[in-house]
Amino acid sequence: MIDSTAFVRPKYVGKPIRRLEDPRLLTGQGRYTADIQLPRTAHLAFIRSNQAYARINGINLDEAKTLNGVIGVFTASDFTHIPDIKAVSNMENYQVTSCPVLARDVVRYVGEPVVAIAAISRYVAEDAAALIEIDYDTLDVAVTARDALAKNAPKLHDKLASNIILERNFATGNAPVEIANAPHKVSGRFSLTRKTSVSTEPRAYLADYDVGKDELILYDSTNIPGIVRDEIGHLLNLNGNQIRVIAPDVGGSFGGKGSLYPEEIIVADLSRRLERPIKYVADRLEELTASSQAFGEEVEATLAFDADGQFIALDAEIIGDIGAYSIYPWTAALEPVQVASFLPGPYKTPVYRGRVRGVCTPKPPTGPYRGVGRPMAVFVMERLVDLAATKLNLSKVEIRRRNLVRAEDFPHRSSSGIVWDQSGFQECLETAEKAVSKLNLENRKKKSNKWIGVGYACYAELTGIGSRISVAPGMPMNTGTETASISIDATGAVTAKFGIASHGQSLETTLAQIVGEELGIKPEDVRIIQGDTAFSLHGTGTYASRSAVLGGGAAIKTSRALLIKVKQVAATLFNVDPEQVETGDGLIFVHNTNHAINFKELAQAVYSDMKTLPMEKRETLAAQESFDPFLGTTSSSAHVAVVEIDPETLVIKLQDFIVAEDCGKLINPLVVDGQVHGGVAQGVGVALLEELKFDDMGQPITATLADYLIPTSAEMPPMQVHHLETQLPPNPGGFRGMGEGGTIGAPAAIANAVADAVSHLGLCIDSLPITPNKLHALIAAKSKH
Amino acid sequence: MSYKLKIALNVNSESFEADVEPRMLASDFLRDELGLTGTHVGCEHGACGTCTIILNGVSVRSCLLLAVQLDEANIETVEGLGTTREMHRIQHAFREHHALQCGFCTPGFLITVREILDTLPLRNDKEIREALSGNICRCTGYDHIVKAVRTLVNERDKRLNS
Repeated sequence: MIDSTAFVRPKYVGKPIRRLEDPRLLTGQGRYTADIQLPRTAHLAFIRSNQAYARINGINLDEAKTLNGVIGVFTASDFTHIPDIKAVSNMENYQVTSCPVLARDVVRYVGEPVVAIAAISRYVAEDAAALIEIDYDTLDVAVTARDALAKNAPKLHDKLASNIILERNFATGNAPVEIANAPHKVSGRFSLTRKTSVSTEPRAYLADYDVGKDELILYDSTNIPGIVRDEIGHLLNLNGNQIRVIAPDVGGSFGGKGSLYPEEIIVADLSRRLERPIKYVADRLEELTASSQAFGEEVEATLAFDADGQFIALDAEIIGDIGAYSIYPWTAALEPVQVASFLPGPYKTPVYRGRVRGVCTPKPPTGPYRGVGRPMAVFVMERLVDLAATKLNLSKVEIRRRNLVRAEDFPHRSSSGIVWDQSGFQECLETAEKAVSKLNLENRKKKSNKWIGVGYACYAELTGIGSRISVAPGMPMNTGTETASISIDATGAVTAKFGIASHGQSLETTLAQIVGEELGIKPEDVRIIQGDTAFSLHGTGTYASRSAVLGGGAAIKTSRALLIKVKQVAATLFNVDPEQVETGDGLIFVHNTNHAINFKELAQAVYSDMKTLPMEKRETLAAQESFDPFLGTTSSSAHVAVVEIDPETLVIKLQDFIVAEDCGKLINPLVVDGQVHGGVAQGVGVALLEELKFDDMGQPITATLADYLIPTSAEMPPMQVHHLETQLPPNPGGFRGMGEGGTIGAPAAIANAVADAVSHLGLCIDSLPITPNKLHALIAAKSKH
Repeated sequence: MSYKLKIALNVNSESFEADVEPRMLASDFLRDELGLTGTHVGCEHGACGTCTIILNGVSVRSCLLLAVQLDEANIETVEGLGTTREMHRIQHAFREHHALQCGFCTPGFLITVREILDTLPLRNDKEIREALSGNICRCTGYDHIVKAVRTLVNERDKRLNS
């Protein structure tokens, strides 16, 4: 008998449950795209442009074609049946770019694919590449966004009116007038250099065409398998049921695997044409020069405030260096427009003017990267806030406290139009401040002969965005819905299928925790299927801090729909009212009775045993529900960085990092900590190390991991993360997104900490990354004046 | 280039013989010829540590070696560490501390940790961070990896002292 006083239904949500995906990943049994080997596979190598902007005069393929082991050599003229990639937008003042799958006539960045070679091995394909000559006529080009903006600048795309392919204006009130009349103002010209994702797994694609079924399977290291299926289907004229995109284990993305790439289209197309598997695995050089890049912005901004430090108005002029093409599906607006829309931040800034322009330059396209737009927006705003505090001799915490939206102000519509709702803006700051006080910094400063600085950054972000708002401004694609299909099969086993695509986020565990808790079974008994378009009607993938909110919401709705069926069937078996039926820990039972069966027995009664249940009571034990949060949820956080700078070497060492964050209900605290740590590490890279450099001919000069530096364990400080669950959002589960936040706050907090550490020198920290060399240059320039 | 050399080696206590092109990378050989795809390739220029294996008792980057250099060698890869049913203590510690996310760099870290536990004192977290700094992880921010290694070091020191 199940004794109701003794049985407590186990809770799985909120527990630090060990990950279900770990055993395979820890023992070398993971299955990443490059690990999949199929008979008769042809391997692709690409010859990429070594010119930033040039006309292709001719390509000599003769020798390569005759090399033993070469299966085919292809140029743009072999892909005339594939339309160019075009990212459309509803935005006004937006020009669509045409991106051919292989460069046609003109190359527009170093790294653009020009020739594809299929051979029996990658070694042979690269041998053939060495035999191919491409004759280029170099064209005049404007390499920097500022130069490309000039009226007489050479145009990168002949058919477009100018290099400015997008412009958007934000205006609430009259910022120039308010600023002119304000008692105080601070200004700056800020820049964030280009970065790139550097997931440790390079991009990889393997297409397997089944001639008999006329069906294509594309194994793809992507985090947007649904979008890839839909668009490759469109470009290759295939129905959705003829193309299946599988994202197996994926080794990180951070946005870099979240756009459609020419290489995956070519792999898919060639597999059908050559009727054999086609595989392409990028090398690190290709990753650093031909995967999507990020940021690359300049912002001139002014913040006006009164004598109490209350913000009056904000004005910003934003230029985005978007690269050669507007990336599919997000468009080039994704990054720079979000700088403008998130610039006012979590503060009450009643008046705002922002103008953003996106400029084509001969560099790889910019695309999504963890944080998107907000790392720059927060960097600019938080620097201005610190400058304002200094000007008024107010504490850095106090000025923030006075301007952060308060609990009673929610919902608050920011001056850029974003609605903030129910999030612990003030609480995060308060928690961070308390944590800082325990560091005993004054004492440390006294004892140290180094320059010690502390920097704060507050931010808010929209996560789990619903169908009301497009994840990328103007993008005509619904990213606000997620569907779950959950079933109990004839053996009683539970399988839950989603359109999301985990690439490190632990979704096989967190979604199993949710489904397990809702249905009353152990998480390890739930099989989560995701990252495979064969199992979802529509699903765009995992990005934009959406999967916990949307996938989790769909999991809850669907589990509850299925539980109703479970209870109805059990009620018939037990001859009780469905409301009396409970589930927990794999059992279905009625309290204080002998009625108790497991899920296997339930399935048997429904599917196999034709005697127990009358025909009309044999419910199919499956449910499918969608969830759309419509607007989305507001996540917020306060970050604090403590840095120590050696006055002799100017080496900047991060000593402490504190995060106080409100992501609503935690599904798995271990996983949330991991996401915050990883995000902060990427923010550390943004602030102190990572910089893609191009020379004045547009040649990338950071094309190895010895030149493009990402944080190692030695650069990372220990981290303190404080989770706040203030008022929970009204979506199912009360979850908010938190995958990107670490990267959003950290650059600003570190920039402010460095500025604080060198405040006695009066240096402007307005460009990231800030490095010992750059600090030296700033000091040298200062001493000249 | 069809000229091939014969090599014989021992991988995870299993003997193999193979004919390989002199230019074939050790990492490609392990993955594509022996099917041991647990060793991952992250950069192919020795910077990321993802492809780390043990060669005759010492950790090496398999992307910087040729397959022919493995002739007569004893190799240990992640597949030799433990299995899903019977994981090695290092693997357990990584799981307990959530020291992996996407898992791509993880085999390289596990092999590195296996070596440093045997060779370095690792007296404090700073030393652990230095010892791990040849391996790049883009997901975890390293904090959980350091905690996992700290646990393993404490267990090791307790064993040694008892």
